[in-house]
Amino acid sequence: MPKGSDIFLQNVSKVVVFIILAFALYLFFTGHGSPGGGFIAGLMSAGALLLLALAYDIETVRKVLPVDFKLVTASGLLIALLTGAGALFFGKPFLKHAFGHFELPLLGETELHTALIFDLGVYLAVVGVTMTILLTIGEDR
Amino acid sequence: MATIVEWIAIVLALAGAVFCAISAVGLIRLPDVYLRSHAATKSAALGVLFVLLGAFLFFWAVDGEINAKLLLAIVFVFLTSPVAGHLNGRAAYRSGVKLWKGSVRDDFKEVLERGGKSGPDTVQEPEPPKRP
Repeated sequence: MPKGSDIFLQNVSKVVVFIILAFALYLFFTGHGSPGGGFIAGLMSAGALLLLALAYDIETVRKVLPVDFKLVTASGLLIALLTGAGALFFGKPFLKHAFGHFELPLLGETELHTALIFDLGVYLAVVGVTMTILLTIGEDR
Repeated sequence: MATIVEWIAIVLALAGAVFCAISAVGLIRLPDVYLRSHAATKSAALGVLFVLLGAFLFFWAVDGEINAKLLLAIVFVFLTSPVAGHLNGRAAYRSGVKLWKGSVRDDFKEVLERGGKSGPDTVQEPEPPKRP
């Protein structure tokens, strides 16, 4: 635990980070029918990680999420590109999306849309870029 | 039935607005950053809670939808606003903001001069004050 740390901030942020991440997940999945989507969900997840970095320190965030955020950005862009390119295999134009109704075991009849996978790419790209910027600025003391 | 809930929502929203206004008056009138933080944190948080609860009840009565986001926002504000006030006061004290001239005692200063140890039973040799 770093020196000068604050036990109120640390204990509250332990709870609040999960609330923020759950709300980011909600915004991510609700983006098709109501306000939300990959961009704002990514920004909110990065905000939760930033709160963790403020309450503890950057090494804690690196220990909790041991990923290279530049690779997260790259994989997000790759997912978005592959989602667009997948339409080419079915003889459709680039970025043509498809949807269908499926019977899922727990959720009942659900409409699944390939735009969600594109949104996942956007989400990962936004999280990666934001965390890269924040960690790069915050690293030198 | 719906009308009663609507009236409760109206009263709650009005009470919340009054609490926020009182909080703003306290921000202007109080002499000290700590007293201002006291006014801004508690009263404004309660006002926001009342307004959000009123909005929740209103949408429940009129549209019949239970908006879980408003309940989550109530919990969130209730959790985070006191911590923000605490951090404000702590940062102000640590950077050397003076107390109001009418203050009579300052226990935290003695604790800091003892080197962060609290309680009279843990007093050892006096260390030099650590004020970063």
